[in-house]
Amino acid sequence: MTGPPFEGSADLALGAELRILTRGGLMSILIDEKTRVVVQGITGNEGLFHTRQMVEYGTKVVAGVTPGKGGQKIDDIPVFNTVAEAVRASGATASAIFVPPAFAADAILEAADSDLSIIVCLTEGIPTMDMVKVRHYLKEKDSKLIGPNNPGLISPGKCKIGVMAGYIHRQGPVGVISRSGTLTYEVVDQLSKRGIGQSTCIGIGGDQIIGLDFVDLLKLFEEDFETEAVILIGEIGGTAEEEAARYIQDHVKKRVVAFIAGLTAPPGRRMGHAGAIIAGGKGTATEKMEALNRAGVRVVKNPALVGEEMARVLSR
Amino acid sequence: MKVHEFQAKEILKGYGVPVPKGRVAGTPEEARRIAEEIGAKRVVVKAQIHAGGRGKGGGVWVVDDPAAVEKAAREILGMTLVTPQTGPGGKVVQRVLVEEGMAISEELYLGVVIDRSKASPVIMASREGGVEIERVAAEAPEKIVREWVNPAIGLRPFQCNKIGYGLKLDPVQVGKMRGVVTGLYQAFVEKDCLLAEINPLVITKGGEFLALDAKMNFDDNGLFRHKEIAALRDLSEEDPLEIEASKYNLNYIKLDGNVGCMVNGAGLAMATMDLIKVAGAEPANFLDVGGGATVEMVKNGFRIILSDPSVKAMLINIFGGILRCDTLAKGVVEAVKEVNVNVPVVVRLEGTNVEEGRRILSTSGLRFTVADGMKQAGEKVVEVLRTGSR
Repeated sequence: MTGPPFEGSADLALGAELRILTRGGLMSILIDEKTRVVVQGITGNEGLFHTRQMVEYGTKVVAGVTPGKGGQKIDDIPVFNTVAEAVRASGATASAIFVPPAFAADAILEAADSDLSIIVCLTEGIPTMDMVKVRHYLKEKDSKLIGPNNPGLISPGKCKIGVMAGYIHRQGPVGVISRSGTLTYEVVDQLSKRGIGQSTCIGIGGDQIIGLDFVDLLKLFEEDFETEAVILIGEIGGTAEEEAARYIQDHVKKRVVAFIAGLTAPPGRRMGHAGAIIAGGKGTATEKMEALNRAGVRVVKNPALVGEEMARVLSR
Repeated sequence: MKVHEFQAKEILKGYGVPVPKGRVAGTPEEARRIAEEIGAKRVVVKAQIHAGGRGKGGGVWVVDDPAAVEKAAREILGMTLVTPQTGPGGKVVQRVLVEEGMAISEELYLGVVIDRSKASPVIMASREGGVEIERVAAEAPEKIVREWVNPAIGLRPFQCNKIGYGLKLDPVQVGKMRGVVTGLYQAFVEKDCLLAEINPLVITKGGEFLALDAKMNFDDNGLFRHKEIAALRDLSEEDPLEIEASKYNLNYIKLDGNVGCMVNGAGLAMATMDLIKVAGAEPANFLDVGGGATVEMVKNGFRIILSDPSVKAMLINIFGGILRCDTLAKGVVEAVKEVNVNVPVVVRLEGTNVEEGRRILSTSGLRFTVADGMKQAGEKVVEVLRTGSR
């Protein structure tokens, strides 16, 4: 499952050195082979299916939580009534949340209450106002929230917390940050088919209010030794891409390729994702592309050519 | 979800926001009766459609007696009202709001939205009311006062003072406006709004504050806990094909082009529309069949796309993950049994169970063009559109 590191990597020698320093594989961001995961909502259909998929990929799922089902076991994974109990017993460091929308905000708060360092919430359909409250609570915590309404994240060959198909990924030098799900798979597939692997791929979520955003992750990728270049997949709505452009201009030396979905989206319509809407003439794909262009980002207009452009960027 | 002005005013009234006396009417006679009830010298008759800019299209009449109200309502009811926000097709008016006319001394703006980057509700107020706030923001941003609210502690009195005195109102006015700001914010939070707007918020000649127009958009994700709001959905405001699609949990949005597309995932669906455009054609729709799509959903999606007469070619672009390619293929096979496919179809399949999916499609009797990858999908759809070949 684990592909070799990208052959053309200029930093291969440096990478080998780091491998010794870190006593593991190459680096990645947020999650790696040491990450210990608790699954909230493990006994539901989605939770169960994806827990098995994650375990099959090699993710260390060490506990599950479903209130009222403590004491049961799912395969060999112990189930607890609360996250606090699960963390005490298993030493979990990260959470994957497969909980229905009405209860998902509470699940995030519970994970943060137990000071899990990474909280990945896959749930689609959480009320915006719930997420507003969650974000304010998280200000006092060190927990990092990924999502909600996202495919999760994966450090190929090491750990996957989410619902993406593991086999399309391979390990390598490109970081991927995206507001979308299947569009990310498409771009990852374009990369992998060209032999270009990924350090970590993160779906930040399609909602209006999300946890980590482009800027937070660009910062982590900039500091990551394995990552040589970053792909940013944005879409209409909000100003996250414009904020990313400003940050890249001032702080990012690594090369960035971007695609922004929704050039043909009509204004005032919500395009599937809760956050994908051009409101009051703001949040258009054109504005975002221009901002990124000005920041020196290679903006690709044709979604079929993102992998090709990244190959070109890496060969220079 | 959007609601009508009269519904938004009804909700805001429940939160103590003063609104003009009035009611909604479905016939000219009813409009006249309401006018007589109100007993005001001047009466306003306003078309109730979801789009703004109604005055410009002739949907708002100010008249001076009940007989004139009936006449105005007769003109407005049933008319196809075209405003800058309805699109060229316009909307048929089915109801009018009949309200007491006001002697106005000033028009303000007051609104609440979610500030995405600050993850907070933000209250915006301006003395430039009656025009779109986006225009004020672009032309004279210094004329807008903004106040962000911490959702944990809620709106505080000092913040209402900051807004009122920030607008340079006098102490009596600031006191009156506090009730309006508090009511609007409370409604916004408790009813899970994405937008709550009073524009204009007027100060009458008598010095009272009054919501002359109101607009509320609700968070679809919050509707499960507000059955009374969900019941306000007006299907006559929506596209018939979109209503049909929503019955099957399909996310479909009709567009103006001629290439129909069926895709899994919202981001990939938007990217596929963009791909069609870059290749030199125009997308006819957005359709996300979703990750958990069933054979039934795929079948109906296919049927709905083809029931749009402007569709001249179709592109199926699936990156199978949770949605398996064989499920998609079975749905297409089912659809072809019921629907006469008379446009060329280009199919791009990738991901989970792709071989099985291709095999099923090839035995379906549907004649289609296979594309390998998105790049080829774009090229082939333009090619079949040009030659009309299947």
